[in-house]
Order: sequence, then C-alpha cells, then structure tokens
Amino acid sequence: MGEISLKLNGKLETKDVADNTLLIDFIREHVGLTGTHVGCDTSQCGACVIHLDGVSVKACTMLAKQAEGSEIVTIEGLADGDELHPMQQAFHENHGLQCGFCTPGMVMSAVEMVTKNKNISEDEIRKGLEGNICRCTGYHNIVQSVKAGAAKMGG
Amino acid sequence: MNEVTKIDGIGSSVRRTEDKKFLTGKGRYTDDINRPGQVQAYFLRSDVAHAEIKSIDTKAAQSAPGVVGVFTGSDIAADKVGGPICGWVVPCRDGSSTKEPPHPLLAQGKVRFVGDAVAVVVAETMEQAKSAAELIDVDYNELTPVVDFVKADEGAQIHEEVPNNCYFDWELGDESATNKAIESAAKVVKLSVRNNRLVPNAMEPRSALAEYDSLDESYTLHTTSQNPHLTRLVLAAFMFAIPESKLRVIAPDVGGGFGSKIYVYIEEAVCVWASKKIGRPVKWTADRTQAFLTDCHGRDHVNDVQLALDENNKIIGLRVDTVCNLGAYLSAFSVVVPTILHGTLLSGQYDIPAIYTNVKGMATNTVNVDAYRGAGRPEATYLLERTMETAAKEVGMDPAEFRRINFIPKDAFPYQTQVALQYDIGDYEPHLDKAMEMIDYSNFEKRRAEAAKRGMYRGIGMSSYIEACGLAPSAVVGALGGRVGQWESASVRVNPTGTISVFTGSHSHGQGHATTFAQIVADKLGIPMENVEVIHGDTDKTPFGMGSYGSRSLASGGSAISKAVDKIINKSKKIAAHLLEASEDDIDFKDGKFVVGGTDKEKAFGEIALAAYVPHNYPLETLEPGLEENAFYDPTNFVFPSGTHIAEVEIDPATGVVEVVDWAACDDFGNLVNPMIVEGQVHGGIAQGIGQALLEDAHYDENGQLLTASYMDYCMPRADDLPSFKVGYTNTPCTHNDLGVKGCGEAGAIASPPALINAVIDALSPLGVTDMSMPATPQKVWKAIQESQSVAAE
Repeated sequence: MGEISLKLNGKLETKDVADNTLLIDFIREHVGLTGTHVGCDTSQCGACVIHLDGVSVKACTMLAKQAEGSEIVTIEGLADGDELHPMQQAFHENHGLQCGFCTPGMVMSAVEMVTKNKNISEDEIRKGLEGNICRCTGYHNIVQSVKAGAAKMGG
Repeated sequence: MNEVTKIDGIGSSVRRTEDKKFLTGKGRYTDDINRPGQVQAYFLRSDVAHAEIKSIDTKAAQSAPGVVGVFTGSDIAADKVGGPICGWVVPCRDGSSTKEPPHPLLAQGKVRFVGDAVAVVVAETMEQAKSAAELIDVDYNELTPVVDFVKADEGAQIHEEVPNNCYFDWELGDESATNKAIESAAKVVKLSVRNNRLVPNAMEPRSALAEYDSLDESYTLHTTSQNPHLTRLVLAAFMFAIPESKLRVIAPDVGGGFGSKIYVYIEEAVCVWASKKIGRPVKWTADRTQAFLTDCHGRDHVNDVQLALDENNKIIGLRVDTVCNLGAYLSAFSVVVPTILHGTLLSGQYDIPAIYTNVKGMATNTVNVDAYRGAGRPEATYLLERTMETAAKEVGMDPAEFRRINFIPKDAFPYQTQVALQYDIGDYEPHLDKAMEMIDYSNFEKRRAEAAKRGMYRGIGMSSYIEACGLAPSAVVGALGGRVGQWESASVRVNPTGTISVFTGSHSHGQGHATTFAQIVADKLGIPMENVEVIHGDTDKTPFGMGSYGSRSLASGGSAISKAVDKIINKSKKIAAHLLEASEDDIDFKDGKFVVGGTDKEKAFGEIALAAYVPHNYPLETLEPGLEENAFYDPTNFVFPSGTHIAEVEIDPATGVVEVVDWAACDDFGNLVNPMIVEGQVHGGIAQGIGQALLEDAHYDENGQLLTASYMDYCMPRADDLPSFKVGYTNTPCTHNDLGVKGCGEAGAIASPPALINAVIDALSPLGVTDMSMPATPQKVWKAIQESQSVAAE
C-alpha cells in the first residue's frame, strides 16, 4: 500500500492504494469516476483512454503509481460546465456514438489527435483511431465527427 | 404536419437525446454501479474442453484472505436451482423433438467446454477472489474433445441425452418436388460454403450485480441484458421458483448487445443465488477473455447448395443441406437461429417454385452458439447470394441481370414462399437499380482496367437480401416451436401538465429509442419532443415486454407505442367533446388541438391533460379520470426489409490485402422515423459484415482451446480497415403496422458478407479463382493468387 496523489480533472486526489493498482482502477474504483471504461485487458480497445499531462494514454496499461504527481483529464473533465467540448458536440451532431461504451475513449483520442494535427485528413483520422475499437458505428460517423470536431477546434 | 413535427417528428434526423450523458462520462453501465457491502465473484473455469470431474478440493480457497464463500455445482444442486432453458425447439425428421440436455449453473460431474464454470469464489475484492480460485484443486479425467462439428456424430458423446451429438435434425419444404426440379433442370449449380464462427464482442463486457433484501425476501439484479423482463421470467420461474414480484431486474445503460445479451447466463443466476447465501450484494464483471470464452458465439455453419435452373436461366428449385455447430449446451435461441430464422429465408428475393432444406444441429465441446446480429438470416443470405453470383457467372449472365430475371415481380405481393413465409410487400428492382447507380456499376470495367495498370486486381460484387424481422405473430411463433409470445408492450402516461412518460418493453443498448420513440409520440400528439420522456430497462417501471433483438423494436415496440397513443387520443376526444359541449364524432384532432369540426372552438392537448387530472368539469359518470393507456401489440406478420448492397474492392497481389474501396447500400426499410439513426445502424451492420468476410474468425484448436480469445488474436474491424459507406433507400411501407415501418438493425450484417466475397472472387476471376472462404485474409488471398499463377505456369 502507498499514498498516491495526482490531479484529476483539476482536483487533487490522494488515495492510499495497493502498489499494483492500475491507473484505471484508481480512477474508477478509488475516485469513483466511471466515465472511463474497460473493454479489454490487452491495451487494444481504447475504452480507457485518458489524457495524462496532455498525452492520450490507455489507463488500463499503467500503474497508478506511475501517474503520481501528474495532471489527468478524463471524459468527465472535458466539457466546460454545461457546455460540451467542441469534439463532444461534433460527436453529438454527427451521430458518432450509439451504445456509448467506447465513446469516452474515442473522444479523448480524437481530442489529442486533433490538438496535434489541426488539419487532419480522413486517412489520418482512420489511422489515428486504430487503437480505439467501436462495434456499433462502423466508424463512418466517428470519422465524420472527428472531422467536424477538428473544424470546430480551429482546423 | 405542423411546424413542430417538421422539426422533430417522424422522418426527421433529430439528434439523439441520450447522447449527452454518454459524451460526458455520465452513462451508467452495470459495472459502474456499486452497492454498500458489495463483494466480488470470480468464476473458476475449466481449462479443458471435455472431462469428467473426479474431485474438487476448495478447502485452501475457503480460508484464503478476503474469501466469504466458495461454491461448486453440488451447492447449487443442494438448493435445487435450475439452469438456463431453451426458448425455442423444433421437431426432428424422425418425429422426435429437439434433445434438451440440462445446463447446470456450475458444472456437475462433467465439463463440456473451455470456460465451463466449475466453481465460484466470492471475496471482498476481485483480486482476492482470483487469488483464492488458484488454490482450488480440480482433478479431471479428460475425455476426447469434439471440436469438428461436421464430424461430431463420430465423436465421444457429450450429453447422455443427445445421441450422436445431434440436438436436432430438422427439415422444411417439399423434398420430392425439389429433387424433381434438380433432376429435370437444364443446369444445376452446386456450391459448398462455410459461414465462419464469430464472437459478437459488444464493447461492454457482461456484468451482473445482485442484491438480496432479507426484509421483504426480494432480489434486485442489475445486468447487461437486452430483455430484462425475459431475464426476470427465466430466473424467477425456471431457476429459483420465486414469484416474479420478488425479483427486480434492471438493465441500465448497456454497451451493445448484437444478440449476445439476449440470454440469461449462468453468472447472473449464480450472483442472484450467492447474494442470498452470503447476505451481501454480489458483483461479477467479465474480463475480455472471459467474454470470448463464455459469451454465446454466432454463425458456424456449413451449407451444401444445389440451385436448379431451366433453359432460360430461371430458378426452378433450391436444395440446401446444412450442418451447424450449437456448442456445448443449448442456449435460449440457439435452435431457432439455424432453422426457422434460416430455412424460411431461403427464397430470398426470388420466385423459387420448389425449396427444401435439412439442418442438423450438432453438439461440440465449444461454447454455445446462438444469435449474433442477423441470426440465421446472414447465413441464408450468404449461401444464396454466393450461389446466385456463381450461377450468373456459370451461365454467362451479368449477376445483376440474372438476379433481375429471378426477382419476385412487384405485382406478385403478397407473395407466398415455399418455405412458410408470406412477404407482405416489396419491390426489388428499384433498390438494385439505385445501388448500381450509386456505385457507378456501368463504368466498373474502366475502373478495373485502370487498377490493372497499377498492378492491382479490382472487383465488384453484389448481394440482394431479404430478411424477416420484427418477430412476429405470437400464434405463428408458437406453431413453429417458440415458447414465448412475440408481442411488445407500451404504457403512455400523460402527466397533468401535458408532458408524456413513455414506458416501453423494448430495450435500447445503442439503438437510440429515447429519441426515435419520442419522435413518434411527439408527431402523433403534435407536441414538442422535449415533452416526451422514454423509460425502459427496469422491470419495476416498465410493463412486461420482450426486449430488443431481431430488429423488432420499432416494428413491434414502436407500434405498441403508436397504439397506446391512439388510445390516448380517443379518450382525449371524449374529454374534449365534454369541454366543448359537442358530440365526440364532431371532434377532430390535428396539430395538438381538438377542434369542433367547422368551428373555431378548440382545446389544446395540455388543457385536456389538465382536465383529466383535475376533473372538476368532466364526464365522471361515463369516463374515468386520468390519462394513461397501455397497449400490447402482437404483429400479424413478420416485416420484410430488403435491399441490394454492392462492394468494390482492390487486391494487392503482393500482399493479398483486400481493400474495400467503395460500398453502396440501398435498403427498403419502409418508412423511416429517424434517417440519421437508421443510417448509423446500416453502417454498423456493414462493418460487422465486412469483419466477418475479411477479418474475424473464432478458432478452436483440435483440443478445444479457443486460440482467438483476445483482441490480440481475434481481428476486430478498426477504423482503418473500413471505407466510408454510401447509403440510400427505397420505400415500400409495411402493410400491416400503422407506422409502415420494417427493421433496420441487422440488414447491414446480412447483406454485406456475400457482396464482399463476391467482389473478392470477381477481382481474382481473371486468374481463374472461383471460390473464396470467409474470412478472406491476406494469407488466404495471397495463396489463392499464387496457386492460380502456378496453375497458369503449368
């Protein structure tokens, strides 16, 4: 056991957790933010993507201890109060989600992708989402959403 | 239609009202829910495919840290808890019925597949439960596993109730007429195809959280279900023998189903049982490998097809002999999928005067096989559309023209097929024409030639499918062996201020019912959509309903809502007539207002609602106060969506990689309530079909070990595997429901695999390739190219 402190969506969270606690379990179980999901156990599906110091990472594949002192943003921290983040809004307007389970990871990946590359092409979007699996949408509307989100984010 | 309905009524692509919670991380899936005092369950599963259990020693696990209980099959047997049941059986050719072996919640004496649950450990944390499970010592006497279902009749017997490992041997159609047609045919096209085994892979793994309340001796189960009322019925009536009122089942937000969450699984039942035994809430959530091992799989057929043609290339007969794999136990709808939902679809869009099919359902030491998006209809469509394409090429006709001359003519509806179904309506040439136009079919050869210059093989392939969905008249379902009704329910509650609460028996796990159903109500009542709330998924709130599967929610559930709203309007007219001092017959309802015909006297819908709940001026002697109506809608027929999908591919001979370069889908779903949502359903279905055709294959080795049990080994379609899709529609409104709607959820998965494989074969046809099995992986395609070239060299 050991104490871990990190900033989660702007709020300092300090928890006493087992040394082998995964970051995803720290977020979901110890802090109780359940918007970030677990869809596999092999770092493939991307339902658990969060931003760690501005970089999108799979929270199922790192220890909470490794995130000590870092700043984390999860899907719950993306909107500005009641106002959706432009990427969230784009997913809504373009029907980029169905069951919603992969959506948090999908949106977090998309935001980072577009932040790095404002003029992102469809091909780059498809390649960039390679680490996020969706079983509902066939990706067509997710790609449209990311394109629209990029435009809203100033692409 | 008034201004309101133009914005958000039937036919509008209204943005989904359920989106915001999912986009902000506020969705509430089963694993997101926790109860005070909750403990975790972990299932010890068999790591061998077929074995007798000589002994199980749980002593060390019992005393491991954090453990509150370790249970095995004998504990379940001692409490006389039943196992999952089969919801549909069929008669066999020899007059016997489907063989239904018991499926114990935890193995009793024998394990029958890798993943079969042997014991459950309940502990304070999941980690403690897993660690303790490692201390359980199971001594197995291994038996020879049966993996190859085609030869399952020669293998070791898996259940004593199932001789030759054959659950059923079923037939449909006129065998002698069909054989005569084949004997007298100018040409018989023969094809053997395999429908590869798939894993549904909803992104949310299955999960259950059960809680027992000792004060009123009742249970609450949160679970990942497509049909919470059926789950409650099976658990209460068949497993625990308790009144339904003592069990509340809640399927909160559910992260996709695709069929895999229809059935009651053993884990849900064990959690319910253990919650009372231990006296604390018990939670279980599958990891992805458990999902691969224990979720029901889909497809897994082999089909031998004979298509008989006359001298004018008209089809005169079709015979299909099928063997399918149903796995270790009979799952709830495993029997109906390869029989009723498969055999009855064999006429496709074609006028076929004689059809016969035989289906043998086999037991193997693999996990159960049941419905997966399309459920039987993709298998029927695949074999038929692959055969149609093969036949067209063999007789030297364009595949589109060969289909066209065999289509059921549009003036032949209602059309009685030779395999039990009667199609109410359809018109097939328009969607064929439109799909060809969408993909620029007439210029394809130019594109093929251009690709050839780049060293690429380009091909085009089509599939004209039909499906029967919106299950269906209860009486017909019963006559065909179904053990459930197939109606749907709705309760429409008008609140005193005129807002509406709609309680539906359908369940949404991604389909957007909260939006679509609200559109129907808003449109019919002429009120803003935001005044309508849709409630589903909780047996304590909603009327008994059958849930969502088989593309039935709009055709059945939407029709039930429509019917309940009609009752609301009828009662409102009576109230309006009283308030307006007019005869009920003179009241017209339009744009949300009740008007006395030919006058300017009117009452708004909200005024009627208020009067119903504040009945100071109200015909109480003839009319009850309040404004709430229930409806149960039992369809008079299936609904029959149809369409044509055309795929265009390019194959790189150096790698064997098939790139899907274009896709045109033109579907007839009848009237569309929300075209945006429908289009999303089509996209998702096509993606799953492309997955089946190019990427996905659940593979057991000869020992019955599932080699594809993670996303590292099972190839899921990803964004860069797929193209964008062109989607279009034709419309022949359903004749037997008020909304004129059919179903759209499964069409993409039904239509796409044969279109794609036909395109792959077409691309390689210059090399003499005439067949390709699914999935058409790069290795398989590359090998086919190499072999054809070596043949050419000889």
